[in-house]
Amino acid sequence: MISGSEIRRPLLTVEHLTMRFDGLVAVDDLSFAAYPREITAIIGPNGAGKTTVFNCLTGFYKPSTGRLAMQVDGKTLLLERIDGFKIARQAGVVRTFQNIRLFAGMTALENLIVAQHNLLMAASLFSIAGFLGLPCYRSAERAAVERARHWLDKLGLTERADWAAGTLPYGAQRRLEIARALCTEPTLLCLDEPAAGLNPRESAELNELLLSVRAQQEIAILLIEHDMSVVMRISDHIIVLDYGRKIADGPPAAVRADPNVVRAYLGEDVTERDTVLETIATDRGTGRA
Amino acid sequence: MTAASGVAVEKRAQTPLYQAALFKDAILAALVATLLALPLVGMQTYDIGGGALGIRTHLDRVVMIAAAVFVGRLVWRLRPRRHRRAKTSGDTVFSRLAAWSSRQTSLIAVAGIAFAVALPFLPFSSRYLIDLGTTVLIYVMLGWGLNVVVGLAGLLDLGYVAFYAVGAYTFALLARDLGFTFWESLPFSGLVAAGFGVILGFPVLRLRGDYLAIVTLGFGEIIRIILLNWSPVTGGPNGISDIPRPSFFGLPFTRSAPEGVTTFQQFFGIEFSPNQRVVFTYFVILALALVTNMFTLRLRRLPIGRAWEALREDEVACRALGINPTNVKLSAFGIGAMLGGFAGCFFATRQGFISPESFTFSESATILAIVVLGGAGSQIGVVLAAILLVSLPELGRAFAEFRMLLFGAAMVAIMVWRPRGLLAHREPSLRLAQRSRQGLLS
Repeated sequence: MISGSEIRRPLLTVEHLTMRFDGLVAVDDLSFAAYPREITAIIGPNGAGKTTVFNCLTGFYKPSTGRLAMQVDGKTLLLERIDGFKIARQAGVVRTFQNIRLFAGMTALENLIVAQHNLLMAASLFSIAGFLGLPCYRSAERAAVERARHWLDKLGLTERADWAAGTLPYGAQRRLEIARALCTEPTLLCLDEPAAGLNPRESAELNELLLSVRAQQEIAILLIEHDMSVVMRISDHIIVLDYGRKIADGPPAAVRADPNVVRAYLGEDVTERDTVLETIATDRGTGRA
Repeated sequence: MTAASGVAVEKRAQTPLYQAALFKDAILAALVATLLALPLVGMQTYDIGGGALGIRTHLDRVVMIAAAVFVGRLVWRLRPRRHRRAKTSGDTVFSRLAAWSSRQTSLIAVAGIAFAVALPFLPFSSRYLIDLGTTVLIYVMLGWGLNVVVGLAGLLDLGYVAFYAVGAYTFALLARDLGFTFWESLPFSGLVAAGFGVILGFPVLRLRGDYLAIVTLGFGEIIRIILLNWSPVTGGPNGISDIPRPSFFGLPFTRSAPEGVTTFQQFFGIEFSPNQRVVFTYFVILALALVTNMFTLRLRRLPIGRAWEALREDEVACRALGINPTNVKLSAFGIGAMLGGFAGCFFATRQGFISPESFTFSESATILAIVVLGGAGSQIGVVLAAILLVSLPELGRAFAEFRMLLFGAAMVAIMVWRPRGLLAHREPSLRLAQRSRQGLLS
């Protein structure tokens, strides 16, 4: 354990993050860390402030107070000081959205190419080399298409690469949004309810995908999720928010048993409560047997 | 009741409740018709002598109209529904045309260009027709330029005519004060207009949709009013005249040239004809329009073009992916404005005279209508819409009184049947499938 903690340095360190909207405190003095090659889940009842944390991390909100430190190439970048649109490029923090935000009129492939905009724009020398069709741009474009094809293959979207993104089935749109985020080669991937609206089979495929991404790349995954079957099975680390405050933080087994967590979920969404109680029951049952 | 509605879905018309609703609807329609017909048809003024007017009432006509509307409405509601199709865009003439035109782009382009090139030499060609063609091509070029801003970047610009005006006045002033020719000042017109595009872009960076439309509308008016009031420079309402005509590689199109200058017809040893200049002007705008088209098509396949389209689809997602929306918007405004500036420069040389009157809001509206009716983003759609919007009013000169009425009716009809434009069909900027086919061949 001791040697492990020496090696493991957090990729993202959130310290005393508070986000206030006038009188409302959406996130209250939240501190946590996310490690590379780990899936960190943020769970909590509706309105607990989960998405607000994502909005702070990806520059859509400026936090009222707090420090969001990312380790990039041995240097520490403070996310709260970077312009919103630069966070993806400089810090490698990329997100998906709770309500899918694809470029609906463009094809799946184009969505993935747009994700590599900064790379291609640099290769096209602000469109001049691209306009003249110089080889340096053409090879960059080929590489971008290859990268897109890799993720399309991996997410089972190759067949529909030339479909307009808006015409894809719901599950495929969810996957495409994740593929688009991965195409930017992020170091921290923030997924906002990626399993929402997926059927059990799609949800299981998503688990597989996230586990394989974690295994193959030096990447940290932050996950907001309501689906307990996803959260409990694949997270290495769970943070539970309630009314903007952290009420639990630890590995799935510990969080599952935490009385505070059960209390926060009781009286909430019935299926969610049942899932939590069920998992606790089975866990205790197997533990004692 | 439940049993009746369950059994006879198609016999809906026979249920008493539905019949009552039908009658109520028809009576309402007849009532509206009566209200409209009373002043429009029911009363007629006539001269009772001494310059005074009397009113004749024709209540019989009003009653007839009301009855006709009542019966017509009933028949309309009771018409057989079998032929009614679901409201998909899959089956109309235009949607088939749109799909066909996107498959056969190169064929249509070649045919269209061939026709445009041959137009001045066709047997039925006339000076009037070539002039009309030139006007159509100016609007085609403006439509293609505005397409960058509206069709690709999705920024609703109601003041596009401002850049057209800036281009035209740049050339007029350069020619008047510094003696520039058309070809010398063409790049400057584009550059100055692009500069104005970026200047407009900055304050509207945060605006979208309706708000953006209002600010751009204001910008267009500001430019026009400056041109109108800055008399010492722009000549105010009198405009600028004697703008030089384009020359053919330095050979002017004039009957007689000053000492030391060879005219076009002298150089080629042909008879002078005023048509030569008209035809040449036509070819100049044809070339400019085609260059504009190739330029924008090329940009669309580059990262910058895809970023424009991505911005149109979802600005928030663009930010999340690390795309700088400021740069994307300013480049769209700048390039759109530059193309408008080129068109303005041509307009000045073609007319030989410009005044602020040529750059009113109605011009902006026409250009925007061309882009929207053509199908935002569709290059061939813009050509079709420009031909329709520019030449239909020309053809309708014979019954000039009804021109605007027909124009309005046509617009409404297009918006009802093709709300996304005549030829709305987006061609992807690159395909995975096609690439693999190319890979097999090469």
